[in-house]
Amino acid sequence: MAGRRDPGRAAILEAIRGALGRAALSADGAGELDARLRRHPAGLIPAQGKPKAEARLAQFQAKAEAVACTVERLAGADRVPAAVAEYLRRHNLGPELALAPEAWLEALPWDRAPMLQLRKGAASGVERVALTAAFAGVAETGTLVTLSGPSHPTTLNFLPEHHLVALKASQVVGAYEEVWAALRKAGKGRRPALPRALNMITGPSRTGDIELEIQLGAHGPRALHVLLIDDEGGDGGQA
Amino acid sequence: MSSHAEPLAFKANARRALADRDLDTALGRMTSGLVPNRARAVAALPEFEALRDRARELKDHVLVNLDHYLERFETNCLASGGQVHWCPTAEDARRIVLEVCRAAGARTVTKSKSMIAEELGLNGFLEANGIRPIETDLGEYIVQLADEPPSHIIAPAVHKTKEQISELFHRHHARYGLSQRQTEPRALVAEARQVLRQKFLDADVGITGANFLIAESGSSVMVTNEGNGDLTQTLPRVHVVIASIEKVVATLEDATTILRLLSRSATGQEFSAYTTITTGSKRPEDADGPDEFHVILLDNGRSALIGSEFQDILRCIRCGACMNHCPVYRSVGGHAYGAVYVGPMGAVLSPALIGIERGLHLPNASSFCGRCESVCPMRIPLPKLMRYWRERAFDSGAAPAAERWALRAWAWAACRPRLYAQGARLAARLLRLLGGSRGRIGRLWLAGAWTATRELPAPEGRTFQERWHAERERSDG
Amino acid sequence: MPEKALNVGLFITCLADLFRPTVGFAAARLLEEAGCRVHVPLQSCCGQPAYNAGDRRDAQRLARQAIRAFEDFDYVVAPSGSCAGMLSVQYPELLKEDPNWAARARRMARKCYELTAFLADVLKIEALSARYNGVATYHDSCSSLRELGIRSQPRALLSLVENLRLSDLDDEECCGFGGTFCVKYPEISTAMLDRKLDRILASQPDLLLAADLGCLLNLAGRLKRRGSDIEVRHIAEVLADMAAETPGIGEGEGP
Repeated sequence: MAGRRDPGRAAILEAIRGALGRAALSADGAGELDARLRRHPAGLIPAQGKPKAEARLAQFQAKAEAVACTVERLAGADRVPAAVAEYLRRHNLGPELALAPEAWLEALPWDRAPMLQLRKGAASGVERVALTAAFAGVAETGTLVTLSGPSHPTTLNFLPEHHLVALKASQVVGAYEEVWAALRKAGKGRRPALPRALNMITGPSRTGDIELEIQLGAHGPRALHVLLIDDEGGDGGQA
Repeated sequence: MSSHAEPLAFKANARRALADRDLDTALGRMTSGLVPNRARAVAALPEFEALRDRARELKDHVLVNLDHYLERFETNCLASGGQVHWCPTAEDARRIVLEVCRAAGARTVTKSKSMIAEELGLNGFLEANGIRPIETDLGEYIVQLADEPPSHIIAPAVHKTKEQISELFHRHHARYGLSQRQTEPRALVAEARQVLRQKFLDADVGITGANFLIAESGSSVMVTNEGNGDLTQTLPRVHVVIASIEKVVATLEDATTILRLLSRSATGQEFSAYTTITTGSKRPEDADGPDEFHVILLDNGRSALIGSEFQDILRCIRCGACMNHCPVYRSVGGHAYGAVYVGPMGAVLSPALIGIERGLHLPNASSFCGRCESVCPMRIPLPKLMRYWRERAFDSGAAPAAERWALRAWAWAACRPRLYAQGARLAARLLRLLGGSRGRIGRLWLAGAWTATRELPAPEGRTFQERWHAERERSDG
Repeated sequence: MPEKALNVGLFITCLADLFRPTVGFAAARLLEEAGCRVHVPLQSCCGQPAYNAGDRRDAQRLARQAIRAFEDFDYVVAPSGSCAGMLSVQYPELLKEDPNWAARARRMARKCYELTAFLADVLKIEALSARYNGVATYHDSCSSLRELGIRSQPRALLSLVENLRLSDLDDEECCGFGGTFCVKYPEISTAMLDRKLDRILASQPDLLLAADLGCLLNLAGRLKRRGSDIEVRHIAEVLADMAAETPGIGEGEGP
């Protein structure tokens, strides 16, 4: 990679090297550091990031609920449309649903919730409720991981007041490191296949900026509802 | 070394702050909330101490190889469609931000919380150049309305009561047709959400800070709770990240180790509501996102700390735990420090940025109680670093001459134990006399700073060493 | 209990030497009753005021002086967490660049102890012939707590004092002394001090104890100014059953 002719760049690198009392690293020295980057050793994963397989889902749900998510277990993906319709009715949200253009979401039996009006694509600011999928759920802290892309506009995570997430049980992993491993695999050994925005979402939006009293819905959604679909089970973080 | 720089008016600020009852209430609320929250989170994670050790190691490793990791960061950022700007000084950074904003034809710019932007005085600079910056983090928005600097690195408006915020909103939101005054926090938050929503949508450029930069992928990591940071970096056409160079970590896994410590240390949360890893700009097939992704790498004095006795401060991840637990911060709040970085980490970092002459009081206004170090997730030895600043001040003459001479005179005597002991015997008798039958002294020449608020207990009358040797000689002889 | 009598150098500390020799005699009594031979070499200051003021050279001079005076004893014991911390934690750091002294400082540091830690951890005292009628609250000095990790030892020793009830403060905040901090930033110091005392007064103890005279002079001084009659003593006085021999800190024979 050719060096960039940025005087600021040269100045900063020189200043750092001067402070360290050395020149730029030798090829060997740089090679060693790059080897560590390629190895990307996992750090210390706490026990709570390594729940037993059968405890994973329960832990994910408990952690998510502890940070003000609501979690609804569904026996199968085909139950999603009805569950969504029920959520909208319960919260008086009207019939409009912003839907992430995710293939398996679009293929769900929406005819079972005919009153819903589906709007696909990015959010524009008028939507009150959105349904997206997720890349993974992390049981360590009840966290959802979403990847921006054509089937997941980032704005759906943040503009609407209510964010519904359809998450399959098979997507729930123990620790964040398992998500990174999946992305590295997808990147085929070069850089990890990171999208523009990888969002790790742990509960709805909140602030304590007024007298340290926690209020939900500061700018992002005030409600985060997870539809946890009991599919075949097992581990992995595949979308 | 400038011998003309005056120390910031810390003592006067502190005096004012101590008389402010609202501030005392607000700070009391902060400590009674955030302190037990952190303690609970730490108690619930058995691996916490081990993680602190790992975090320190991986960060120290990066710092002594910072040139390499910055280069790798740049390579990978460029490869994912980002642009990297290396800014040795604050002025360079301001200039680049302005250039990017002008190129984008920006009229309004949304900002999520960035201490670096504070350090650059970015808001004032943009306004002077005809661009309106809008703070979107609720706490930053509040202090922006109040035309004040933030007083805490993660809770910028912690010094404000809800009545004060209610008043601010009532005055400033009238222009949006919101004439009814809100008083309850829930309603105030809802009103801010409503007002800022359109500003998010209208902004041409979004400026965010970064908690970390990841070398292996050229990504920035942003940790927030409100969602304003994500709206700031998703809706506009251009996204600018401002980060200081020591924010780099090597890998996703290394970032994860530190992320496990960050929210627990700051607020007691296991993880923040929104932790976002941003890599490059919008991909051709993406449904939304900015067209441009810029990363500003700011030095502004960091490289000078590498290899110095102050290097450890570069491990700071801006969690705020130190100031949440500091009794001095608890007493006077953030504004008294008069600097961008406040509390114990500010007492070490600010003199590095503004000079020890101006920042003289910051490392001196500490009892070295050590709570900061005990809660710092990155194990930064803050009191030791403050002591190093005191050494620099002592040697360079920044410390007041009268204090220096008094200390040296005292040390001269202490190096002569017989003389010192004689002095002690004299003082013991004199003060005992002055204490009288009450056993304490209410007013004492030269001890006004003590006796203004405290009695001075009188000595017993003879020193231990003289009595010990007299009694032991008697019993031996 | 050690078989051969330990030679203990008593590091009296400037404040105990000047203000309250009773503390030194109480410490000596406790050490001697446990079988130690107590020595008091000619001594002055550990150097902490210079060290914390940034006067590294003078601090180093005083450190070398103290090491010379004390390094040949089996142990060095100080009735102060602040001074003990200086001797056992800071001296090696202070003299680390001096090839002639670095090792000596480390060697000495290993045998320097704060008094309650020495009594509990080295002498392993399990019984005291001391009694005190009343409720006491114990204040941990920052050095004892955070620099030296001392917390259980003073409480364990106090539990051996007959009739003494301990009311736990459950508070780890600084009292505001901090050496010269309390006179350089007196208003902040007093704010910290008042918060601390409000918490102490809330439990209404008869007796306030600590193991550092800096804290004790500070706490007693403010308590008296606030009109409180809580008795303030160094923990050694109570452990050595010497509370009856001297008025509390800041009290005289008269009113």
